[in-house]
Amino acid sequence: MAGTREIPIFAHHLRALFIMAQTQEVLDNVIIKFAGDSGDGMQLTGTQFTNTAALLGNDLSTFPDFPAEIRAPQGTLAGVSGFQLHFGSVEIFTPGDYCDVLVAMNAAALKANLRNIRKGGTIIVNVDGFDAKNLRLAGYGDVNPLENGSVDNFRVVKMDVTKMTRAALDGSGLGVKEIDRAKNMFVLGYLYWMYNRSMEHTIKFINEKFEKKPDIRDANLKVLNAGYNFGETREEATSRFSIGPAKIAPGTYRNIMGNQAVAIGLIAAAKKAGLQLFYGTYPITPASDILHELSRHKNFNVKTFQAEDEIAGICSAIGASFGGALAVTGSSGPGIALKTEAMGLALMLELPLVIINVQRGGPSTGLPTKTEQSDLLQAVYGRNGEAPIPVIAAATPSDCFYMAYEACRLAIDFMTPVMLLTDGYIANGAEPWMFPKSSDLPDIKVNFAKNVEGEKFLPYKRNEKLSRPWAIPGTKGLEHRIGGIEKQHETGNISYDAANHEFMVELRENKVEKIADYIPEIKPEIGTEKGKLLVLGWGSTYGAIKSAVLKAREKNIDVTFAHLRYIRPFPKNLGEFLKNYDHVLIPEMNRGQLIKMIRDKFLIPAIAFNKVQGLPFSAEEILTRIEELSKK
Amino acid sequence: METTTASPDKFTAKELVTDQEVRWCPGCGDYSILKQAQTVIPELGIPRENIVFVSGIGCSSRFPYYMETFGMHSIHGRATAIASGLKATRPELSIWLVTGDGDGLSIGGNHTIHLLRRNFNLNVLLFNNEIYGLTKGQYSPTSEEGKVTKSTPMGSVDHPFNPIALCLGADATFVARSMDRDPKHLQAMLKRANDHKGASFLEIYQNCNVFNDGAFEVFTEKASKKKETLFMESGQPLVFGDNNELGIKLDGFTPIVVNLNEGASANDLWIHDDRDRVKAGILARFFDNPRAAGEHHLPRPFGVFYQEDRPVYEEKMIAQLDNMKAKRGEGDLDALLRGRETWTIS
Repeated sequence: MAGTREIPIFAHHLRALFIMAQTQEVLDNVIIKFAGDSGDGMQLTGTQFTNTAALLGNDLSTFPDFPAEIRAPQGTLAGVSGFQLHFGSVEIFTPGDYCDVLVAMNAAALKANLRNIRKGGTIIVNVDGFDAKNLRLAGYGDVNPLENGSVDNFRVVKMDVTKMTRAALDGSGLGVKEIDRAKNMFVLGYLYWMYNRSMEHTIKFINEKFEKKPDIRDANLKVLNAGYNFGETREEATSRFSIGPAKIAPGTYRNIMGNQAVAIGLIAAAKKAGLQLFYGTYPITPASDILHELSRHKNFNVKTFQAEDEIAGICSAIGASFGGALAVTGSSGPGIALKTEAMGLALMLELPLVIINVQRGGPSTGLPTKTEQSDLLQAVYGRNGEAPIPVIAAATPSDCFYMAYEACRLAIDFMTPVMLLTDGYIANGAEPWMFPKSSDLPDIKVNFAKNVEGEKFLPYKRNEKLSRPWAIPGTKGLEHRIGGIEKQHETGNISYDAANHEFMVELRENKVEKIADYIPEIKPEIGTEKGKLLVLGWGSTYGAIKSAVLKAREKNIDVTFAHLRYIRPFPKNLGEFLKNYDHVLIPEMNRGQLIKMIRDKFLIPAIAFNKVQGLPFSAEEILTRIEELSKK
Repeated sequence: METTTASPDKFTAKELVTDQEVRWCPGCGDYSILKQAQTVIPELGIPRENIVFVSGIGCSSRFPYYMETFGMHSIHGRATAIASGLKATRPELSIWLVTGDGDGLSIGGNHTIHLLRRNFNLNVLLFNNEIYGLTKGQYSPTSEEGKVTKSTPMGSVDHPFNPIALCLGADATFVARSMDRDPKHLQAMLKRANDHKGASFLEIYQNCNVFNDGAFEVFTEKASKKKETLFMESGQPLVFGDNNELGIKLDGFTPIVVNLNEGASANDLWIHDDRDRVKAGILARFFDNPRAAGEHHLPRPFGVFYQEDRPVYEEKMIAQLDNMKAKRGEGDLDALLRGRETWTIS
């Protein structure tokens, strides 16, 4: 970058490689968890390490885990912010179960994560975060867990991060507060050393981020290097590790988070459809990042509208859809609850609308920053009246792109509101994505209705998809009125006729069911067309199930994995498909919602496996369940 | 709201009548409002296909069904939010929002104030009948205290909203009041609302002859109208009374009624200025209940209380899009898909 000074580190790098070459251990995958106070910069540290891993060709998956409070009391368990990264030279499907390395910036971070470290794993601790005050705040009392045997099963690397950061910046002219804020760079530098990573990406990042604050820039670079050098010059024997690039499908990749993928998917759909994109919403965790991302791309004819409340969010989108825009609203459970009446309106109006629910722990305010899949029944059934709405769900962060795009396609093709379910886990999680070319994306055709001379315009006349015309204001001769009251077939006039009501209710249902003719059939992701056990997933359980099923099959267990992306309607062949297996296991992060639908529709004795802890399944949990069932 | 176009195809009031049977109760004030709207709109020079009526729920909200334009009869209280999204994406449309005291000030009150502060360029027609009609006669947020209704057999203990003061408080850029029983004035106010560029709020006193008959009769009936109403015209003194013998004078910030026949001078009268926000606030508070107040109460003002020119939301929104396009060029989808950093596995 022009005008900035880059500190040369490559010499260190080479020397380090030379010295350490003999003690290096090659690993195929590693799980690191960065944990500290929510002000310690753990999310940034994790993201930097992640981006570097991605650029070095590792496959990876991440999961940030942060408190609901922006600045919870320092040093307490409530204030612990974490970022878990799983990367490797092999294919990675989840952020991992137990971490190999825990970075604990204080006592609370250790306490919150101790049970999630693999036996024999490494704990890198900032000993300055284990003083009397921190121990007390973490609830350890007078006992230092580093000294009472609590960490005997682990390899512990103790560092005076605070002290060394201060020493590195002695004479920098910065205040103690500013100096301490650079602590995370020390740890990051050390980990770069430990995993033999190039610091190039992070150096570039620091140079850009602090371009206008040269003293802060230099401080961060200095501490980053100090951390790296600390690894190199430390006298205690510490292993270094190397993780080669992953053998994933050849192509060009980028890193993507779920919410970001949703936003890009919406923009792509609008662009392909030739429509302006309107996003009416109200800020809510964990959906707000969709709004943030979209608001950065106004040059794509994206209009973002931060409404006064959730209801106005969806209603403004309905207005935009009436006007001929690709209209979208997004929220999480509590906000979706508020939008339900308007969803009913949208389905009566038969206007295209995409509703995104980035699910979080419920009910009520529930667990805002934690993940759950407990809004499925709300999505499918949660409206007054017979109110069918197509429901689809994304499986992974990058899948959010395709499913957002698909939601737009279905909404426009079938003139209907469509609900897209994601959740906090994939919304904030990241993975490498072999992004498509715009020309490879399927077309989305929009045919606004035109006036045909001498023909009476019928706003509710149907085509072969049972879809009605999209007749937008400004089109001469198509003046018409639509509303939420039951309407007469074809004319759309108000009708209280009994037989007409039943006919229309069935028609709206048939329209949604008809979508099954235009979506892919279900097939095994892994495994066989017939077999003993099928694990049926939906949404973000994809990665954990896939890992578990792969491991089970290595153990010669007859198990197949299939994943539902379309929940209303189900893929046409689902009923037949399920009958090909002796047992069907359905893991869900709820009390058993998809399973209710499956049992109801197909009358099969599917087996539930539920977890409602605000946390994703670990692959191990699912594997254990598969092993139990395989003995049946 | 202001809409200008080249030379649209002309249409008549009759062509604004739909084939739907009007289902308001016989004698309802809504008939007059519909008639005045159908009379005024063809004169505005707006192509009919660019006109959209949006409503919520309530008696007034049936309005769009009777206007041969584009229309949406939506859900309770939300027409404001729906119109916001429509205007944001289709700024060239002439949008008329029809709402009532329940729809716009109770269940949809939140959206109303936010629509006004944002200043979308559209017209809000709030039919105020001080009662819930469609649900058959419960008190509304504009019903007077003590109102005996089906849901308040012992009288309402709710303090009512003053809709004009509320809208001024929300920084509306055009605030006016008219009534169903004064066709000429209502037509003029509809035109003024349309002429204003920004969110125009027009409160229309509307008689519900079934559940709240006579709520406004002191303002609308010949015998009392002149004494009880004050028709404001910018640049003109505030006068009222059978022979305009009464006037309003400001004593500091306190309005007082003076009689020009009893020695008061016409030169001392308050000259209405519809761009004076402070005085609009005082006029909004001319809200005495003529039945409850004694002899010396203030008349109820009609006309434009206040208007100001303020940039409209949709134009500011579009300017941001244009700015970003100027800076970065039209969005390149492949560049967006690629993101900032990529790596290649071969």
